[in-house]
Amino acid sequence: MENIDLILPEIFIALSIMFLLVLGVFKKKSSKIVFNISQLILLITAVITINETFAIDRVTLFKDSVVIDHMSSLMKIITLLGAFLVLTISTNYLKTFKLFKIEYPVLILSSVLGMMVMISSNDLIVFYMGLELQSLALYVLATFNRDQLQSSEAGLKYFVLSALSSGLLLYGCSLIYGFSGSTNFDIISSQLNSNEYVLTFGIVFILVGLAFKISAVPFHMWAPDVYQGSPTSVTLFFTMVPKIAALTVFIRFLYVPFLNLIDQWQMIIVFLSIASMLFGAIAAIGQTNIKRLIAYSSISHIGYTLAGLAAGTNNGIQSSIVYISIYIIMNLALFSCLLMLKRNNKYYEDIKDLSGLSKNHPLLSLSLLVILFSLAGIPPLAGFFAKFYIFKAVIEQSMFFLAVVGLLSTVVAAFYYLRIIKIIYFDEEKEKYDEDHSIWLKFSLTFSTILILLYFIFPSQLIDVVSRINII
Amino acid sequence: MNFPILSSLILLPTIGALFLFFTKDKEGNNSTAKYVSLFTTSVNFLISIYLWVSFDQSTSNFQFIEDRTWIEGFINYKVGVDGISILFIILTTFITPLCIISVNNSVKKRLRDFLIAILILESFMIGVFCALDLVVFYLFFEAGLIPMFLIIGIWGGPKRVYSAFKFFLYTLLGSVLMLVAIISIYWISGTTDVIKLYELGIDAKYQNLLWLAFFSSFAVKTPMWPVHTWLPDAHVEAPTAGSVLLAAILLKMAGYGFIRFSLGLFPIASEVFTPLIYALSVIAIIVTSLIALMQEDMKKLIAYSSVAHMGFVTLGVFTIQQQGIEGSIIQMISHGLVSAALFLCVGVVYDRMHSRLISSYGGIVTIIPKYSILFMIFTLAALGLPGTSGFVGEFLILMAVFKDNFLVAVLASIGVILGAAYMLWLYKRVIFGKLINSDLKSMMDLDRSEYFILTCLAIPTLYFGFYPDPLINTIEVSVNDLIDMYNKNLLIK
Repeated sequence: MENIDLILPEIFIALSIMFLLVLGVFKKKSSKIVFNISQLILLITAVITINETFAIDRVTLFKDSVVIDHMSSLMKIITLLGAFLVLTISTNYLKTFKLFKIEYPVLILSSVLGMMVMISSNDLIVFYMGLELQSLALYVLATFNRDQLQSSEAGLKYFVLSALSSGLLLYGCSLIYGFSGSTNFDIISSQLNSNEYVLTFGIVFILVGLAFKISAVPFHMWAPDVYQGSPTSVTLFFTMVPKIAALTVFIRFLYVPFLNLIDQWQMIIVFLSIASMLFGAIAAIGQTNIKRLIAYSSISHIGYTLAGLAAGTNNGIQSSIVYISIYIIMNLALFSCLLMLKRNNKYYEDIKDLSGLSKNHPLLSLSLLVILFSLAGIPPLAGFFAKFYIFKAVIEQSMFFLAVVGLLSTVVAAFYYLRIIKIIYFDEEKEKYDEDHSIWLKFSLTFSTILILLYFIFPSQLIDVVSRINII
Repeated sequence: MNFPILSSLILLPTIGALFLFFTKDKEGNNSTAKYVSLFTTSVNFLISIYLWVSFDQSTSNFQFIEDRTWIEGFINYKVGVDGISILFIILTTFITPLCIISVNNSVKKRLRDFLIAILILESFMIGVFCALDLVVFYLFFEAGLIPMFLIIGIWGGPKRVYSAFKFFLYTLLGSVLMLVAIISIYWISGTTDVIKLYELGIDAKYQNLLWLAFFSSFAVKTPMWPVHTWLPDAHVEAPTAGSVLLAAILLKMAGYGFIRFSLGLFPIASEVFTPLIYALSVIAIIVTSLIALMQEDMKKLIAYSSVAHMGFVTLGVFTIQQQGIEGSIIQMISHGLVSAALFLCVGVVYDRMHSRLISSYGGIVTIIPKYSILFMIFTLAALGLPGTSGFVGEFLILMAVFKDNFLVAVLASIGVILGAAYMLWLYKRVIFGKLINSDLKSMMDLDRSEYFILTCLAIPTLYFGFYPDPLINTIEVSVNDLIDMYNKNLLIK
């Protein structure tokens, strides 16, 4: 008998989704209660995940198609907490745009379920199932503000391009299956060897599909439009949560089935990484919309994460996970600020709307200062340590070129972060923004800013948790 | 474990800043904030004096060491001082309170925020000079960019945005390469602890590249020709207190870094690259002196003179002789005092007339005599007149260079003459001459606080000019052992 306890989180969340749907159908005006219950569900699922799986070293279930290890449990917890925070801080925003409907939390829950399946997958079919579950929910989320042209455009664009990349991914999977005769990662790993050239095509197709999902250059084109067009709360979700799942799958693919072919894929990852870091940094300079700018900055941050993966060591994987965790906290803080730029029921998202913010809102601007310097990777803020671990892992493999290019692109990136700081601190002030934010929004901003600011006092805690992850 | 005196030096200003952060910002005269920050920095100064008194001059070992695990099995938070670093710490704690007194007239808006920035900057600056771990050093070195960027950008002059960006990006660009080098050192030697690295030495085949990476950071910060162009812009736009801290202390981080890291860790590479340093330094001394002659803006002139003076420092460091390095350190201390004073002098007349152009002054010697006398002392110290601290440093450096390379020494000596030319010409045009601009007649002489600040700076300038022994005694053993270690590591490889 399989040990069902280990996938209790997935089962619980699936049952809850069905329950919420039924509740939404039979009870009128239930959006508030559905929102609250879904937040609770996410928290409970996180607790169950910690309880059931956190201590487990590595167990496979259902004929080895599902794997529970340190990486999967950690990433699931981050996903769940991230989704929980997104829900809690976006309620006011959704109410303003009359998007406060039951479908929203249900879609978020289903995409989270899809991500959890992806994170735990040890089999091509299970992986693809999870991927499609989360993607379908995300398409709808992108178009959620259906009265707005931009949002519909974003959703459609995302759908078309994402479907294309899923097709490529699937083609890659079938090639791999053809060569190894199995869909199981462990078996694939033992079957593959680098002599077969066509196999490289399979790997490339899969990497292209995955690179699309995490918006690495040159498969990033959808990101700026989708990020700008979607409702801000959905953009927040896009920049944080799906990236975790996609990164986990990326790690899993590279280091379980394709580990023996490291010579084949290492160059590809290095290229993706360098292209993302540089392009993200350079393209962000000209942006005027904050959400577009965040899109480009997230592209360059994904580049750094990939640099860790390119190292091909456990240290590299760990540094990538540390990086994405810190990045998520910085992103959460940044979006909390963005959600505070509200005046007379209108949200502002142009960079010039930040002009002179420091005069009227000193605390908000101080948080932005900390967040932006941290995103730029200036010590002693958390963002510096994130980059530091990445480059440590990279240099340990004597990949100096990658390290130097990466660090030089931080200088380019520093320019556009400084530009925002300049607008906030050096420019003339504008009208005041509203200050009646929800307590959760204030809490998430304060908490994440303090975390970023004081990370340097206890840098070891995060490392300790992550260092249990040993994939290789 | 003893009382963590260095950590308290580093932390105290930050605690003061935190305290200010929770007080209310009053527009206009915010005297509470000023007194709090003045009190904090003065206590810090007294602590550092105590540090100097209880410092054991007879050994080159690092003293007051604190060593704590920071990132398990990787980095330790390690601080300590030796004869070389202690003087820079005292310079920092000495200049900062003077800066805070000087903000009276120059900073008009958001005084509390300004003081917070200065206090945090002081923490980082002290941290740079105490750090005995490369990562900790880098952390403090880079972190200082944030408050300085804000000081220039928020409180600066009309072109402040351009200057702030230039300052930040130039310095960051240099520094990221140093970060690569630091991580590479960890990868090569398995530690970033400076004391351990001194003992272990670094594999010869990596030294050249590592040296260049460190050099890229320090050269920008020093600044050396041709990457000095950020400095005049930053100085001109920064508020007076910002210019003072920039010239007096931030520039010294690089000189200190050359001695501590470039010489200490990479002796073989230092030997290789000495001609490069010589060439760049000599060019810096002569070219920037000539540029300084042509300046119409007083702050810009002093900024270019800083580049020339730092050229002497780098020259002295890489003679790798007792006299040269001692001269460099004394030159840095002296330049810290003198350039700070000169920027304050410019600030004094700027606060009154709102012009930094030399041509808008002239003939003010009878109107503001006290100012003219103090300005003269610092002008003479800047050109290295015997009896001022500027002379001791330059003389020692030139002596060492003459032993090493005659041509370089001759060229550098031309720089001394040019230095005298531009400083005296500046003084003549501002203080003497005919009084043409009639607005100058209503100028007030130094008020009490300005008088106090400039006297505080003049006393050590003259005292160390006549009697540099306290400085030399402090650094002598450390420099001597540094050179011994340098030669030893050079022979082994």
